[in-house]
Amino acid sequence: MNAAPASAAASRRSTLDIAAIRAGFPILARKVHGRRLVYLDNAATTQKPESVIAALAGYYRTSNANIHRGIHTLAQEATAAYEATRERVARFIGGVDPHGVVFTRNATEAINLVAHAWGRRNIGPGDEILLTEMEHHSNLVPWIILAREKGAVLKHVPLRPDQTLDMESFGLLIGPRTKLVSVMWVSNALGTINPVAEIGAAARRAGAVFLVDGAQAVPHLPVDAKALGCDFLAFSAHKMMGPTGVGVLYGRPALLKDMDPFLGGGEMIREVRLDGASWNDVPWKFEAGTPNIADVIAFSAAIDSIERIGMDAIRSHERELTRYALKRMKELKFLTLFGPDDPEKRSGVVSFADPEIHPHDISTVLDQCGIAIRAGHHCAQPLMRRLGQMATARASFYIYNDRDDVDALVAALVEARKYFGLPVS
Amino acid sequence: MLDHYRAPRGKKLLAAPDVENQGMNPVCGDEVKVAVKLDGGRIAGISIMSRGCAISVASGSMLAEMLVGKSRQDVERLQGAFRALLHGEKLPADVDLGDLEALEGVKKLPVRVKCALLPWMTLGDALKAWERGSNNPAAPSTTEHEE
Repeated sequence: MNAAPASAAASRRSTLDIAAIRAGFPILARKVHGRRLVYLDNAATTQKPESVIAALAGYYRTSNANIHRGIHTLAQEATAAYEATRERVARFIGGVDPHGVVFTRNATEAINLVAHAWGRRNIGPGDEILLTEMEHHSNLVPWIILAREKGAVLKHVPLRPDQTLDMESFGLLIGPRTKLVSVMWVSNALGTINPVAEIGAAARRAGAVFLVDGAQAVPHLPVDAKALGCDFLAFSAHKMMGPTGVGVLYGRPALLKDMDPFLGGGEMIREVRLDGASWNDVPWKFEAGTPNIADVIAFSAAIDSIERIGMDAIRSHERELTRYALKRMKELKFLTLFGPDDPEKRSGVVSFADPEIHPHDISTVLDQCGIAIRAGHHCAQPLMRRLGQMATARASFYIYNDRDDVDALVAALVEARKYFGLPVS
Repeated sequence: MLDHYRAPRGKKLLAAPDVENQGMNPVCGDEVKVAVKLDGGRIAGISIMSRGCAISVASGSMLAEMLVGKSRQDVERLQGAFRALLHGEKLPADVDLGDLEALEGVKKLPVRVKCALLPWMTLGDALKAWERGSNNPAAPSTTEHEE
């Protein structure tokens, strides 16, 4: 695998050997309905390199033991590997304090952790929580539940016609009663990259806590949580070549220290009596019970893979591939495309619709051609309603996709039209 | 199936239907409106207005074509047999599914089974309501629990 050169100019040229990268992902060799697998559902989950699979199996083959409590060798090895991943993640997201890195099951659980452990004590009647119209249900439903319980008010930054956030409205919606601003960095349905630095600065000025849903951002863009100034950042390992069952909540350690626990049980305590308990330090205060040890350790191998390729190179590759995809898909006059036109303002997520073919039917035809896309509301029903769509089809790229994949997608979309006896121009 | 999708049967509006019902799948957005005219316990006329995926539209069209002249019991038997087909179960011997057999492939797409069953469930609920003596059921039908 060729690593991209370090200089910014070189990464723009993108000397990545995509074929070599693809070779590292065993699943990409399989056939679907006799055709080569064209996997374009990366926003849902990503494929895993052999190194991650080997790390997972290797852990179970050589070092498996429960962590933190054991004195024996296996327990020490497992603990060291688990905590080493925590430090790895902390470095990966901008060199933050590892005490701020909490492992959860996924980004959804990370956000729910904040809603429970921070929200229930800090949100009261009449307090405002500022979200957006484009949020994934994971960054909407926990706040709906909290607001209902506490009598708080939810507000939503609307979209502009070009499907970017209306920042003027944002300025009007944030105010002295805003206690929390919680925003997705990159939209899983539109691909829109939101100006989170600007939003964060405004949140700080308003004295509000700032949470970033980084599920679609951390795998695809360079992240510096310190520069971002967020109080919380949530993301999932499985969307960045890591295993399922592992999510991360980064929280500023001072904030985490002040928060109530989330789940109670072993590991998160210091001392327990029959009628009371004291809590462990952060981050362990938020990791009750035996965690997903093996998958956390394998996650480290995923971060290694990403850093070997280079996050700038990944971003560059996806941006250019998206530029190509948008160009080719615009040639298909029967398609409606969603999200910003400018590839600089979006990630490698392309949602589209054909007014004459239901997204589920498009999905089925494409599946017959070996192409995996997603169709539905993408866990963003309010957004779909706002776009006037029941559902859209969505293709989403990652580092192992290339122009052949885009060409296959376009050819299959034309096939779908022909199958339904519809004109293709 | 494509024939039924491209030119769905049963779209002619009924003048004075005895019972109407609406059904939908909120998850994927399929919608169907069924109206039935009954004559002595048999279906005298049926109209289906569908909006949604090809499977739900085709299934609705086949239903409209097959069910004219059928009794309530015939409808139940056909629906049961169709559901068995879609779930890959053994079919009752004495039921002729006709065009519906073209939808057998849907059993390989479990997520789409509810699309195929939506018009049937909607019609079934309409007939049940009519038997109870009302013109249309209280709430729209849904096949969300069908997998």
